[in-house]
Amino acid sequence: MAGRTVSIAITGAGGAGVMTVAQMLLDATAKAGLYGLMGRSSGPQIRGGEVAAFLRLGVEPVECLDDRFDVMVALDWLNVERFSAELALDADSLIFCDEDGGEPPARIIATGARLVPLALQKAVKSLPGGRLNMLGLGVVAAILGLSEAAVGEIVAKGLGKRGQEAIDNGMTGVRAGMAMLQAVDTTPYHLTPAEAGAGQRWNISGNEAAGLGSVRGGIRFVAAYPITPATEILEWLAPNLEKVGGVLVQAEDELASINMIIGASFGGTPSLTATSGPGLALMMESIGLAVASETPIVVIDVMRGGPSTGIPTKSEQADLNIALYGLHGDAPHVVTAASSIADCLFTAQWSVHLAEQLQVPVLVLTDQLLGQSRAIIDRPADLAFIGRRETAQAGLENYRRYAVTASGVSPMAIPGTAGGEYVADGLEHSELGRPSGSVEDHNQQLDKRARKLESFDYGRHWADIEGDGPLAVVTWGSSAACAREACERAAALGIHTRLISLRLLAPVQTERFDAAMAGVERVLVVEQSHSRQFHRYLRAHYDLPRDIRVLSRPGPLPIRPGEVLEHIRSWS
Amino acid sequence: MTASLASPALSAADFKSEYRPVWCPGCGHYSVLSSVTKALAELGLRREEVAVISGIGCSSRIPAYTSVYGFHSVHGRALPVAIGLKVARPDLAVIVAGGDGDGYSIGGNHFLHACRRNVDLTYVVMDNQVYGMTKGQASPTTPADWDRSKLTPRGTGVSPFHPLAVALAAGANFIARCYAGDPNGTARVITEAMRHPGFSMVQVLSQCVTYQPEQKEWKTTVRKADITTTSHADLAARWLMADDGLSTGVMYVGNRPVYRPELQQTCEIDDLEQAFVV
Repeated sequence: MAGRTVSIAITGAGGAGVMTVAQMLLDATAKAGLYGLMGRSSGPQIRGGEVAAFLRLGVEPVECLDDRFDVMVALDWLNVERFSAELALDADSLIFCDEDGGEPPARIIATGARLVPLALQKAVKSLPGGRLNMLGLGVVAAILGLSEAAVGEIVAKGLGKRGQEAIDNGMTGVRAGMAMLQAVDTTPYHLTPAEAGAGQRWNISGNEAAGLGSVRGGIRFVAAYPITPATEILEWLAPNLEKVGGVLVQAEDELASINMIIGASFGGTPSLTATSGPGLALMMESIGLAVASETPIVVIDVMRGGPSTGIPTKSEQADLNIALYGLHGDAPHVVTAASSIADCLFTAQWSVHLAEQLQVPVLVLTDQLLGQSRAIIDRPADLAFIGRRETAQAGLENYRRYAVTASGVSPMAIPGTAGGEYVADGLEHSELGRPSGSVEDHNQQLDKRARKLESFDYGRHWADIEGDGPLAVVTWGSSAACAREACERAAALGIHTRLISLRLLAPVQTERFDAAMAGVERVLVVEQSHSRQFHRYLRAHYDLPRDIRVLSRPGPLPIRPGEVLEHIRSWS
Repeated sequence: MTASLASPALSAADFKSEYRPVWCPGCGHYSVLSSVTKALAELGLRREEVAVISGIGCSSRIPAYTSVYGFHSVHGRALPVAIGLKVARPDLAVIVAGGDGDGYSIGGNHFLHACRRNVDLTYVVMDNQVYGMTKGQASPTTPADWDRSKLTPRGTGVSPFHPLAVALAAGANFIARCYAGDPNGTARVITEAMRHPGFSMVQVLSQCVTYQPEQKEWKTTVRKADITTTSHADLAARWLMADDGLSTGVMYVGNRPVYRPELQQTCEIDDLEQAFVV
C-alpha cells in the first residue's frame, strides 16, 4: 500500500523547466529516503506548449497517482486550462502561484482550492540569473520539508555541466523560493521515511526499465523509427546496447524496423523493436512473417491515445485489439503487458525469453503512463529469464527446419551452420521449408505453430493474483496499479477482494483463469479504453460470472484508485 | 568470407538446389540463377556462409533454388531483412534478389535508404518491366504507353523509374547493368559487386517472355556500354541520364563510407543498472 503520500502538480509553459524541477524533486526525495512517482502531461508543441508534472511522494513505494492533488505550483497560467481536467483539485488543495500572474482559469477557481500568491516573477527579476523553475523547486522543497542541503546536492548534480555560477544562481533561487513559504504552515505535507537506507533504490522510467529488461533478456539488435511515447526506450538502448556488443539501427520507417529485426534474428541475434500504435499498425504484415517463418522477435508497443495519430503524448489502453487480433490468417503469437514501471523490466525480459524459447513474435504492451513516468523503486530482483533458442548444430543431414515435433518447437539452424542451409519463408511450407499449398502441409504447420504456444508452461507469471473475496477486480497494464491500491484501501475498510492482473494476454490461459476465479461471484473489470476492449476480450475467451461491471474510459484521464474503490464499496 | 582449406571448392552446380523453379520456359531468371551460383563458386564461398534474401514476385523465388541460407520474406521488404542480417552478422556474404515491382514500387523507400546506408550487400534486381506473378501489370520501369494490362488499358501515363540514376543519387557504392542473355558476363559483374565493399546495385535486364514478349528483342538491342568504369559520380550520372537503358557494364565504383557498426562488448550487463541507482 502506498501509505501516507503527498501529491503535487507543477504546471507551466513548455520550456519553463517544469520537468527539470520535477526530476530534481524526485531525486531529492529519493535521497531523503522516500519513494515517489512522477508522471507527465504535455501538449503536442515541442516548445511553448503546456507541461504538467505530477508527483506523488510517499514513505512506501508508489505505483500510481492519487485521486487528488494536495498542492499545485503554477509557474504561470498560460495554457493550464488545456489540461485542467487532469488536475484533480478540491477545497483542501493549496495552489501556489505568482502574485502578478493574473487570474487563474475559471475551472481552477471553481475547484475551491486555496490560492497562495507568491512574488515569484519579482524574485526572478531581482536575483542574479534568476530562473522561475528554481524558485518553484525551492517552494516545493519547503512544502515537503526537504533540507536545503538535500536540494543543493541534486541541483549541483543537475546543473553541474553548466558550471559553478549556474549552481550558485540556482541555489539562490531555491533559497528564495524556500523563504517565501516561511509564513505558510507546511507541516501537513512533510514526509518522514520509515527506515532510512533499506537497500538499494533506483530512479527509473518505464521506458528505461523496458530497455534494461530487453538487454538482460539477451537482445543485441534493435531497429526502430522514432515515435512518441516510445522514443526513450530507443534513446536508452542506443548507447547501452553498444556497450554490451549490440547495436541499434535507426530505420527509415517501421516497415524497415520490423523487417530488419527479422533479418537479424534469422542470423541468430535476439532482436527487438519498440514503437507506438501507428508504428505497430505498419508492422503487422511482417509480424505475420515472423509467425510463419518462426523467427523470434520482440515488439514493444508503448500505447498512446488512438486511433490514427490520436493523442501522441497521452496514455490509453486501446491497442489491445490490434495486438491480439491484428494479424491476417491464423497467426498464433504471444501478447504480454507490463503492469507497473518496475514490471516493464520484468515483462520485457520475460518476453525476450518467451520469444526465443518459442521462436515466435512477442508483442509487449506498455503505455505512455508507464513508459514516460519515473518512479523510485526498490532494486528489482534478478531474473533467471535469458533468451535461449533451440538451435541445430553443425554436421546436419536431411535437416528439416520446420520439423513437426511434440513441443511444436523445431531446432533452428543459424546461418554459418554447415548442413543447416534452409530458406525461411512466409509462404506456407513443408517441414523442409519448401513452399507448399497442400492441405496436409498447411494443417500440419498450423497445428505445430499453435501447439508450441498452447503446450508451453508459462508458469505463475501469466497474472498477478492477490487477495481473496467474492468480488474479483480483473485488470491489466497501467490500470493494475490503481486497482491494486483500491483493493488495499477496501481491505482497510474490511471489504476483501481478489485482484487479478493479467500479464499474459495471448495465448489465453483458460485453466489458470478458472482456478484464479474459484469462489468469485462478481467481477469488476478496470481498463482504459472507450470500447471496453479488455472486457470484450475476457468475455470472448473466459468463463465469467453473470454479475459483471466495467469501469472503463478512454485516455488521457487516468483511472484513479478512489474511483475503483467507489465501485467496490457500492457493490459490497 | 573465407574459403575453407579443409573442403574442396564448390562448383556453381553445388550452389543450386534440387527444386524446379516456378518460372516459365525462356524466362531470364534461370540465367540469373546460374550467374549467382557461378559468382558464389568463383568467390570460393561455402554454402553456410552465404544468405540470399528476397521479397515477393517471380524473381524473388530465387532463394529456394539455391543451396545456401535464404529468406523469402514479404513483398518489398527484402532489403531491410538483408540489412538487419548483415549488420548483425557481418561475417556472412549477403545477396538480395528480387524484381522491379518488389524493389522500386512497394519497396521503393527501402531502396533509397539501402543505397544511402551503404551496408555491404549486393542487390540483384531482375528487371523485366512487369509484374509477372500477378499476371502482367505495369511496374515502375514499364514504359508509359504500355497498354496491355487490364489495370492500365491506356498505358500508365507515368514516366518509368530510372533505378541506376536513383541508386547513384541515393548513395550506392557500385552500379552496374547486366543482361540475362549473357550469364557469364552477369556472373563476372555479380562477383565484382560482391567483392566491392558497400551497397552494390546490379540491374539485370531479365526478359519476361510471357507478359513482355518483345523483350526477346533484347538479344539484338542490348549492347555493352561504351564507357570506362568511373569513380566520379558526376560522370556516371551524366552517362546514365543519356543512356537508353539497354547498355550493360559497370558504370560506377565508388569509395563511399560503408555502414558497419562495431559489435564490441566493453562493459558488463550488470553495470548498466548503475545509472539508475539513487
